[in-house]
Amino acid sequence: MALYQQRRRANAISLALCYAATLFGLSWLVIILVELFVQGIGSLSLSVFAQMTPPPGSAGGLANAIVGSLIITILGVAIGAPLGLLAGTYMAEYGRFTKLTFVVRFINDILLSAPSIVIGLFIYEVMVARVGHFSGYAGAFALAVIVVPVVVRTTEDMLRLVPDSLREAASALGLPRSHVIGKVAYRAARAGLITGVLLAVARVSGETAPLLFTALNNQFFSADLNAPMASLPAVIFQFALSPYKNWQQLAWTGALIITLAVLALSIAARALGAERTPK
Amino acid sequence: MTTLDAKQTQKDAKLPQKVSVRGLNFFYGDLQALKNVSLPLYAKRVTAFIGPSGCGKSTLLRVLNRMYDLYPNQRAEGEVVLDGENILRPGQDLNILRARVGMVFQKPTPFPMSVYDNIAFGVRLYERIPKSELDDRVEAALRSAALWPEVKDNLKASGLSLSGGQQQRLCIARTVAIEPEIILLDEPCSALDPISTAKIEELIDELKENYTIAIVTHNMQQAARVSDYTAFMYIGELIEFGVTGQMFTSPANKRTQNYITGRFG
Repeated sequence: MALYQQRRRANAISLALCYAATLFGLSWLVIILVELFVQGIGSLSLSVFAQMTPPPGSAGGLANAIVGSLIITILGVAIGAPLGLLAGTYMAEYGRFTKLTFVVRFINDILLSAPSIVIGLFIYEVMVARVGHFSGYAGAFALAVIVVPVVVRTTEDMLRLVPDSLREAASALGLPRSHVIGKVAYRAARAGLITGVLLAVARVSGETAPLLFTALNNQFFSADLNAPMASLPAVIFQFALSPYKNWQQLAWTGALIITLAVLALSIAARALGAERTPK
Repeated sequence: MTTLDAKQTQKDAKLPQKVSVRGLNFFYGDLQALKNVSLPLYAKRVTAFIGPSGCGKSTLLRVLNRMYDLYPNQRAEGEVVLDGENILRPGQDLNILRARVGMVFQKPTPFPMSVYDNIAFGVRLYERIPKSELDDRVEAALRSAALWPEVKDNLKASGLSLSGGQQQRLCIARTVAIEPEIILLDEPCSALDPISTAKIEELIDELKENYTIAIVTHNMQQAARVSDYTAFMYIGELIEFGVTGQMFTSPANKRTQNYITGRFG
């Protein structure tokens, strides 16, 4: 009986510590979100989406930065996600038992945790220093490099969750390998694969460091990918550090917009993930 | 391996052999799972493989459609002759082989798509036929698997929404739909309740009109009920092969007798 009491006490203490740790972690998140809302919501209006970034002291919005972010992110994901999906497919299907897969997985894990500023510097060397000017293309490539390892990882993991019995069943009908993967394995893992891509989008949409070295920034509206391009993170970085009140205010608003967008994506990813098992 | 009495052997010899396995050895890496196995599968007959777990009966089944080829370090030596051709030879087209030798697995494995597509999927791969004809094929396959009455009003429902027994019959329908010559059943009833099991056993009886069937089972009564021939295997070796009735009443080998009477295994 004494042993039982002791176990109950240990359980109570451990549980209390777990709650405390969770509460501590969550409270910071709540503080950040509340602060962001309080500071950012005031100037969140249609003009933020309609007007360009202003010079110090005058009114303006974030339209060029929002459009720039959208262009760079979409292009970066459009380049990175297919590469990641293909590589992940190779690793989980064709190359499951090969040494190459082992090596690629190891390197991919390193890339996954590489500081994004290093990736920015790399693209700067390759795509900016060579041509002599910053560009939206360079920004998109830098984000693509960040997207690839995320998508490779989720694709491989999700495809590995598809039971081999399903692959055997498809093969047993005489399906060629490509059909087994494309029509059965992808289908079974579809929600997970989409979730992976959405998570990658969420991950890169807040990246600042790699964009500072590549797309830089642009005060004006520009959809020319061969020229410097504005982006929300870069504008936030510039405006938040400035001494001008109106710039600081726009930085708060920009931060709120990114946060809401990422939040929406995460929820979408979760919702899709929950559909994974229809039974 | 023990032979049957002379009269029975004579009778067997007249049946055409759809498949003959000759001197088959199988290896998982360094582990030898089948040792010099030779046996026939008679055309349009049901052959049951019985034996304790790990005896190699599923392995033997997986050689017959070369399912083992999906994995590295698994290899087969010897000959498996299907209609006069050794299917183990290099250069054998595996997709065509597997279309001729269908397989149903222990656990039902419906694809994550509708009941209709589960069946139409395989058919579309081999034949381009108009929608109406495809509809007929799907219906025929579902009928032959005794599933049609239960799903005919709901062909668009997900295959995963069916019950376990229905899923297994869906898998059989899917296999039948591409019109194979041989059907391999790997413990098809082990995850099913007695009623579903009875349905599938009836089905096997009907299917042997048109197909050569090999079934792996742990259930001795099932082997006795559904099969014409039985092969008893033990630790990778074929101990006895013969007419099912005879094997269950007067087995020639002591180990066979011990196994079927439940004394070991």
